Amino acid sequence: MSVLFVLLPVALLFAAVAVGVFVWAARAGQFDDLETPGIRILHDDDEPRRKP
Amino acid sequence: MASTEVVVPASAVRAPCAHCGLPVPPAAAVAGAAHQFCCEGCRAVWAILHEHGLERYYALREGAAPAPAAPADRLYGELDDPAFQARTCRPEPGGRLSTELYLEGVHCSACVWLVEKLPGLVPGVAETRLDLPRSQVRVVWDPRAVPLSAIARRLAALGYTPHPCRGLAGQAARRREDRAMLARIGLAGAVAANVMAIAFALYGGMLDGMEPEFAAFFRWASLLLTVPSLVWGGGVFFRSAFAALRAGTLGMDLPISIGLLAGFAHGVVNTVRGTGEVYFDSVTVLIFLLLSGRYLQRRQQRAAGEATELVASLYPTSARLLESGRVREVPLETLVPGVVVEVRAGDLVPADGVILAGRSTVDLSLLSGESAPQSVAEGARVHAGTLNVSSRIEVRVERTGEDTRVGRLMRLVDEHARRRAPIAQLADRISGPFVAVVLALAGVTFALWARLDPSRALDHAAALLIVTCPCALGLATPLGVSAAIGQAARAGFLIKGGDVLEKLTRPGRMWLDKTGTLTEGRAALLRWLGDPAVKPRVAAAEAHSSHPLARALVRALGAPAPAARLAIEETHGGGIEATVDGHRLVVGSADFVAARTGAVPAAMAAGVGELAGDGLTPVLVAEDGRVSAVAGLGDPLRADAEAALARVRALGWRPGVLSGDDARIAQAVGRRLGLAAADCRGGVTPEDKLRAVLESAGEGPVVMIGDGVNDAAALAAATVGVAVAGGAEAALTAADVFVIRPGVGRIAELLEGSRRAMRVVRRNLLFSLGYNVIGVTLAMTGVLNPLVAAVLMPLSSLTVIVSSYRARTFAPGAREGGRP
Repeated sequence: MSVLFVLLPVALLFAAVAVGVFVWAARAGQFDDLETPGIRILHDDDEPRRKP
Repeated sequence: MASTEVVVPASAVRAPCAHCGLPVPPAAAVAGAAHQFCCEGCRAVWAILHEHGLERYYALREGAAPAPAAPADRLYGELDDPAFQARTCRPEPGGRLSTELYLEGVHCSACVWLVEKLPGLVPGVAETRLDLPRSQVRVVWDPRAVPLSAIARRLAALGYTPHPCRGLAGQAARRREDRAMLARIGLAGAVAANVMAIAFALYGGMLDGMEPEFAAFFRWASLLLTVPSLVWGGGVFFRSAFAALRAGTLGMDLPISIGLLAGFAHGVVNTVRGTGEVYFDSVTVLIFLLLSGRYLQRRQQRAAGEATELVASLYPTSARLLESGRVREVPLETLVPGVVVEVRAGDLVPADGVILAGRSTVDLSLLSGESAPQSVAEGARVHAGTLNVSSRIEVRVERTGEDTRVGRLMRLVDEHARRRAPIAQLADRISGPFVAVVLALAGVTFALWARLDPSRALDHAAALLIVTCPCALGLATPLGVSAAIGQAARAGFLIKGGDVLEKLTRPGRMWLDKTGTLTEGRAALLRWLGDPAVKPRVAAAEAHSSHPLARALVRALGAPAPAARLAIEETHGGGIEATVDGHRLVVGSADFVAARTGAVPAAMAAGVGELAGDGLTPVLVAEDGRVSAVAGLGDPLRADAEAALARVRALGWRPGVLSGDDARIAQAVGRRLGLAAADCRGGVTPEDKLRAVLESAGEGPVVMIGDGVNDAAALAAATVGVAVAGGAEAALTAADVFVIRPGVGRIAELLEGSRRAMRVVRRNLLFSLGYNVIGVTLAMTGVLNPLVAAVLMPLSSLTVIVSSYRARTFAPGAREGGRP
């Protein structure tokens, strides 16, 4: 069971990275507008334009 | 503010407009054309889209027709003004600038697509990003290649009328705060989850035993994890509790801080000692839940505040400056005394001044509350904040900004908005006794256990402090209030602060503005005395006048059949003389008609007196030299006003009317509404309204409801100010609640909804106090351990969450549709 002494810090390290990414994303304004990006991503697909 | 009605005859429903999908009127239809358009605006947009290969817009858009393109007479010159740009634009790399504009009419994914295609339409635009929920677009452009006004004109031509955003600086600050709060919640949540996972191992050890080195390892790990959450996340509560203490008040944050700190300190001591319980899991979960609750409440209040700012952004910020015969649009702030501005029909007068050219009628109702329009001609004085109704005038500016009547009233608003003391919310009021009781109980627990088992006395006292940490109590108000404010917004009430709900619970005095709030705010034909046969001819003659009373007569008498022979001779402001189908017709004020036909017959003169006594404006009709009818015009009561006030009275409020109109008119309206004559005051200036509100403040809560500049100071000074739609910007910004529909009809719903919301908050408080009683009992009897605490506290929070979000406080939108 002494593997826990290694495993727990490693697991927490992963968690710390995830939290760091979230904090960066929140501060960069990634969560300011939760609606428009979902619409935007649908549009980018069809470029370039196809003529009917 | 002017309402335009598009009447489409049934015969027109053939091919829909290729752009907006509305039926094409026969007059606009082009025989044999492949694409039909309802108007030139739509044709222009369609052409722009096809020219740039943007037809996909039509495939993307959802059902609803987009706003037909606005007329392109606006040049948006004020957006290029250096002073404006210095305030609203930020420099970007490469010599570019960026700014935010509010767009009218964006509503679906096709709008997002089209607006973000702007760089392809306007060379020099680098990027456009639309924020759909806020209707705000961020534009990055190169000012050397294209002026901002040209970008704005293109957006307007596409049907998205742009407006400069109000309060950008405040918005940026709030956004930063929101982001920081979200980051805190993220950290607190991650910490809580990990500490809880570790705690599960410790619970296991509690039951089955655990080797001491593992137990110590887990405790130290959770201690280290808790530190950042406590410092960064919990810091929010410590700072606010400390600030409240320094200000000599108590708040909910004080017991929260005590609980968190006691839990942490106790945990540190036991971790270092290596014996006893640790409550790090409860402490971290508490921080996470409390931060989330606070974030939710702020977001709801912010949404309401931003929605009102959005409405405020629609008000004009530019004036049309006349320079050697040419019009230039400039920001309002740049007007100086001495310059000449053009005010078109339908525009608000931008500054106080004197008319140089043109005759018109102005609507004073927003500035003074007078409902009757006033005729003005060269040399007459006009004031900022009044509405130019009938035709174009040129005005020499004499006073601007703060020096105008509106500016002085706005200073009063600021003063009273600052002076109003915030009331402590219910939860904050009970926090003082709460802290006292909890500390006393902790003391009793310590003393009790010091006799029974001294080694455990400190543990049990600390456990009590942790378990009574008012998590649910701290969530009770934010969640109850934010859920209610969200429902209120959907029902059409934008509530800017949570304390409003509480203030509206206890009934008191309610002062109502008359013009525009209780009444329609525009003239209508209310009585007709005398010969009805003359009506069609009056309509035919008045159809050629743009005077508000003439328009009211035409609306009431119906669109006239085209008269065979018609000659018009209008005398400005007094009335109209016309020959209709061979009859000589004189329509106008008593003096105007008497001067042209001689004496008014006694019966008709009595009619004039009767109408004037009822607060109506009499308009005489003389045909072939004989006065044959008197029309009584006035500002009619809204259809739902009477029922609304009856409900308000049933709730215990005492309504009264404060009107800038003549006292007779105010009394007449009061009689119709069943109000005591003493409660209906007429001829009231904005300062009088303010005084009335301040005087009633001694009798309890005062609610002021209005829509005009003249109401703004009273709105700001009242316990709760309610602005109704269709009024002045000043009222909107001064009020605590904005009703997105005009009129007073739904005011009772606001009061009832607030009552229901406060009932939910009180129920939440009772639930959480109940859980606290259980927790205290367990802690005092020494049964409490971290596992029990970990179950009890989330359970109490969950109860409060469910209780808040299950409650129906404000009627949802569905019910709104069913109401007249």
